[in-house]
Amino acid sequence: MHKVKCALIGPGNIGTDLLAKLQRSPVLEPVWMVGIDPNSDGLKKAREMGLETSADGVDGLVPHIKADGVQIVFDATSAYVHAENSRKVNAEGAMMIDLTPAAIGPYCVPPVNLRELVGLPSPGRSQDGRAPSGGGAARSAKPGGVLRAMNVNMVTCGGQATIPMVYAVSRVQPVRYAEIVATVASKSAGPGTRKNIDEFTRTTAGAVAQVGGARQGKAIIVINPAEPPLIMRDTVHCLVDGAAKAAEIEASVHAMLAEVQTYVPGYRLVNGPVIDGDRVSIYLEVEGLGDYLPRYAGNLDIMTAAAARTAELFAEEILAGRLELEPVAAEATA
Amino acid sequence: MSTLKGRRITLHDMTLRDGMHPKRHLMTLAQMKSIAQGLDAAGMPLIEVTHGDGLGGASVNYGFPAHSDEEYLSTVIPLMKTSKVSALLLPGIGTVDHLRMAHGLGVHTIRVATHCTEADVAEQHITLARKLEMDTVGFLMMAHMNSPAGLVKQALLMEGYGANCIYVTDSAGHMLPDDVQARIAAVRAALKPQTELGFHGHHNLAMGVANSIAAIEAGANRIDAAAAGLGAGAGNTPMEVLVAVCDRMGIATGVDVWKIQDVAEDLVVPIMDFPIRVDRDALTLGYAGVYGSFLLFAKRAEKKYGIPARDLLVELGRRGMVGGQEDMIEDTALTMARARGLTPARAA
Repeated sequence: MHKVKCALIGPGNIGTDLLAKLQRSPVLEPVWMVGIDPNSDGLKKAREMGLETSADGVDGLVPHIKADGVQIVFDATSAYVHAENSRKVNAEGAMMIDLTPAAIGPYCVPPVNLRELVGLPSPGRSQDGRAPSGGGAARSAKPGGVLRAMNVNMVTCGGQATIPMVYAVSRVQPVRYAEIVATVASKSAGPGTRKNIDEFTRTTAGAVAQVGGARQGKAIIVINPAEPPLIMRDTVHCLVDGAAKAAEIEASVHAMLAEVQTYVPGYRLVNGPVIDGDRVSIYLEVEGLGDYLPRYAGNLDIMTAAAARTAELFAEEILAGRLELEPVAAEATA
Repeated sequence: MSTLKGRRITLHDMTLRDGMHPKRHLMTLAQMKSIAQGLDAAGMPLIEVTHGDGLGGASVNYGFPAHSDEEYLSTVIPLMKTSKVSALLLPGIGTVDHLRMAHGLGVHTIRVATHCTEADVAEQHITLARKLEMDTVGFLMMAHMNSPAGLVKQALLMEGYGANCIYVTDSAGHMLPDDVQARIAAVRAALKPQTELGFHGHHNLAMGVANSIAAIEAGANRIDAAAAGLGAGAGNTPMEVLVAVCDRMGIATGVDVWKIQDVAEDLVVPIMDFPIRVDRDALTLGYAGVYGSFLLFAKRAEKKYGIPARDLLVELGRRGMVGGQEDMIEDTALTMARARGLTPARAA
């Protein structure tokens, strides 16, 4: 079967875990991985899997995007270099899926707004008429009037783990404030995450509000060094308008749980929803598939599984001939 | 001990920051003003003012304060005649935006706090604080959870980012004087001679003063304490006691023995919501090595879910919870209540 060709920038924890998931995709075919360290474990793994690799970073990839028919590129580097990577990739006519917290494109949390970003009818979001959120994205404007993002941002691991639940509450009743606490094992937090910790809290908080549907968002991240490493934990606190509608929220949370579990099987509700007046607290854990890092690193899985799912939906549109990506002129981007 | 005679140290008051924990972050501006002015008049060189969990700590998870960090800081700073004001910042909770805000309001010292094995999350914040020419402190929390050699590595990272002072922080009040001495001595030997070294103690095993003296002996020159011990757990090292002990030992602090007693007795004790003492649960924090500010959350969970706070704290310690994981207290209480066949009381 025909597949859409993909490339990955950044052979760190996230990039390497994502590669394992792309290998299993029925519609995506990873063909390139680039990094900056020729001896990195990720590039070595990619070579073993038969991908082309380069240690010249994004510039090692750019000349091959058109030549090799790459249409989707994943950036798993850092927020600081993402904008430049994205500009270069979009200029070659490939779309960018951003796994850094740079968030120059609209936020994408698959069970909440992926269909909308791909340009498909979105039953969950159509009533409130809210536009896909995010910054000044490079978009491919089709003459038919459909705007599709050429850069979508996967928020953060903490965002992917919690925003579906914020949305599960906000679709029941207005949420005036939502706060998430993500705790990851020290061993699963690579140098990029550590250097970008402020970008993590800002981007997550922004998406908790914009995509989750809270009037105000806050995000907290804790890195825990316990041995053996702890499975990723995520807590969602929502403050709702008026008394919380316990039964409806409970049902909505369980429905969302099942939806996230379709692409992250280790996504679990540990406790809650705890309803305490206007406070709703939901205690989650995310166990990974153990593709690259061991199973405790659910933070990698929820990010890479969401990115792979996002790419797959775009790829299905490309393969069906409903989406044609076009190069974005450099001046069109920020 | 006589070797300490003539040593000069810098005391750093925690009443208006760590003291926010037992006040559930609800200190009034009037209380902050009167205590800060008392400390200033007593000759306290440095006073920390923020939410108990640092800049940006206002949250469901840690508690919403009576006033914002901006309000507290902009109320206290203009009143200070000689004292300087510091602010705490935990990366992951606060960001460089909060740091810039604090700098703009006249905060002199920024203390960037990480768990004792995770110093590299502080790079952005320490680098910026140095660029802003602030007195920049790297604050290694829960220091009992890392070895002396491990702490040295983390301290060197923070020094490398630009911190001019490194703290060994006994957040759980778990350390004994030998533990303090080993860690402070190792870090002192590794840091540049001009880099200052600090110790922050908690009184859960009633070792606050003894540990502080051990730290000074091993080469620390900045010591944290709080008037009447107002702080998380069984409180911080009681400042007025430390000042008196230093005075007797000939350690120069510049703080007036009588005036600091009066601040503790006349201004701080009257605002306590409960006596700050080594009660069963605070003692458990120290004994089991659990983060001090979990105390009140555990007591509340005991009331709601019927799991004794002591059992909860021991379980949180066993699970290796670190500072900031207050969310895991209700979670753990629910899990334990289920395991014990208790039906959690469900609020309407």
